[in-house]
Amino acid sequence: MKLLALDTSTDICSVALMIGSNMRERDISGMRHAESILPSVQALLAEGGITLGKLDAIAFGRGPGSFTSLRIGAAVVQGLAFGADIPVLPVSSLAALAQSTDAERVLTALDARMGQVYTASFLRGEDGLMRSIGAETVCAPDDVPLPDGTDWTGAGSGWDKYSDLLCQRIGARLKEWLPALFPRARGVAALAMPGLAAGEALAPEQALPVYLRDDVARKAGR
Amino acid sequence: MRVLGIETSCDDTGVAIFDSELGLLAHRLYSQTALHADYGGVVPELASRDHVRKALPLLRTVMTDAGCAPADINGIAYTAGPGLAGALLVGAALGQSLAFAWGIPAVGIHHMEGHLLSPMLEPDPPPFPFLALLVSGGHTLLANVKGLGQYRIVGESIDDAAGEAFDKTAKLLGLGYPGGPAIATAALKGSAGRFRFPRPMTDRHRTHGAAPGLDFSFSGLKTAVATEVARLGSLDSQTIADVALAFEQAVVDVLAIKCEWAIEATGAERLVVAGGVSANQSLRARLNELGKRFRVRVYFPRPAFSTDNGAMIAYAGLLRLQAGVSEPASFNVHARWAIEDLTAPS
Repeated sequence: MKLLALDTSTDICSVALMIGSNMRERDISGMRHAESILPSVQALLAEGGITLGKLDAIAFGRGPGSFTSLRIGAAVVQGLAFGADIPVLPVSSLAALAQSTDAERVLTALDARMGQVYTASFLRGEDGLMRSIGAETVCAPDDVPLPDGTDWTGAGSGWDKYSDLLCQRIGARLKEWLPALFPRARGVAALAMPGLAAGEALAPEQALPVYLRDDVARKAGR
Repeated sequence: MRVLGIETSCDDTGVAIFDSELGLLAHRLYSQTALHADYGGVVPELASRDHVRKALPLLRTVMTDAGCAPADINGIAYTAGPGLAGALLVGAALGQSLAFAWGIPAVGIHHMEGHLLSPMLEPDPPPFPFLALLVSGGHTLLANVKGLGQYRIVGESIDDAAGEAFDKTAKLLGLGYPGGPAIATAALKGSAGRFRFPRPMTDRHRTHGAAPGLDFSFSGLKTAVATEVARLGSLDSQTIADVALAFEQAVVDVLAIKCEWAIEATGAERLVVAGGVSANQSLRARLNELGKRFRVRVYFPRPAFSTDNGAMIAYAGLLRLQAGVSEPASFNVHARWAIEDLTAPS
């Protein structure tokens, strides 16, 4: 299987190329997604000695995360996939974030601004891939749904920003929290593989962000 | 050469294919007007969300309409500014990645250059040079156009754009959004003479003996309407129609007077009128009359291409790509971008 993957859900954008068991990855930091994403894809394909049309699919972090960055990623994936006539595979950015740890039980929290975090909890399966338990949600750090059991590891920019509040909220169920972790394209690629094998890839126009926060405007007079 | 154009600068998703030999092959527009109507104006985040959902399906349809296979497309043009940054990024990302996948050049187009060239989509297009009046919700300006990328602004609005004044006045009159068509429709039933609103910045001309000012101002006009509406209290439908007509006449007068002065000042032989407000029939009639009087030929885009569309972007892209201009895959957009900063292709 040959897969291109990208994640643009945070300030750190990354692109990965997976050919069989061989994984390469490139990071782009500092919110330079638009300037850097296609040159990074180009460099990665050249390193891998492969062209877009030879790929089986393109996987992408569909969110939640920064709205504008997510749309840059989704639109780039749409164009690449439509142009190369290959399908797409959306992957949760929170799952990719959990995948970037070595932990077994991960409570993810991405900074959602406005005093909130995007959050979900994940368990590592026997195949090494993270699976969510419960829904992904956007809420205040004080309202993060408590996962059952103990030995939870915190990860994500939400923990970096609200570690005190979140530690207080999770209490004794928390084992540790890991600073400075982001969703990564390599995690997106790994998480997309079962779906690709199962024939779940979608048409290019289905490369769409999942924002979680949908109350973005107020109607006149309300 | 065949160019695919993508427009996503505000609340319309436009896609078109223009062929250098055959002309416009296909164009489609998805309007978000209904989406934003409840909010009384464009909500940038909602606009961006809709563009990313609608642009690729629209592009597929346009390819089918035009009977084009991917290999038939030689270049891609997208609006790179000015406009809503988030909305622009969707079109830029889609256009650039598609060009990358197809191995063809891409070019970012200035939205107002697209408008300015839009009358060239019609049969018997205007040759350079010409005087251009660009009137939309975001801009009101007069420019001297020597050639592609050679634009010198000779007058512009110091406050609201004309289209913005239409929107705000329509809101005052409870006529809904967008205001241009709503005011024009209401004005059809209005009786002239019941109200008269000021024609801002049109009385300095002869009195001071100085060169006529070509700048515009519309915020005072909007305030005059607001004051009148407040004085009237409740508005019946005839009063709304009468106010709409008086307002439309004031805007048309101002635009026509400034065009007249600009023609006198520049000696232009051709006047190109584009942008959303150029769809207004009273304005068209008035400027055609002006043209006859001054023996100046007046050019308009068809009403569908007065407002935002992909065809004008495809066309501007064709001219620039043919001149050898293209952008690297390292793309960006410019929410603010002065049209005078454009240059002729070297």
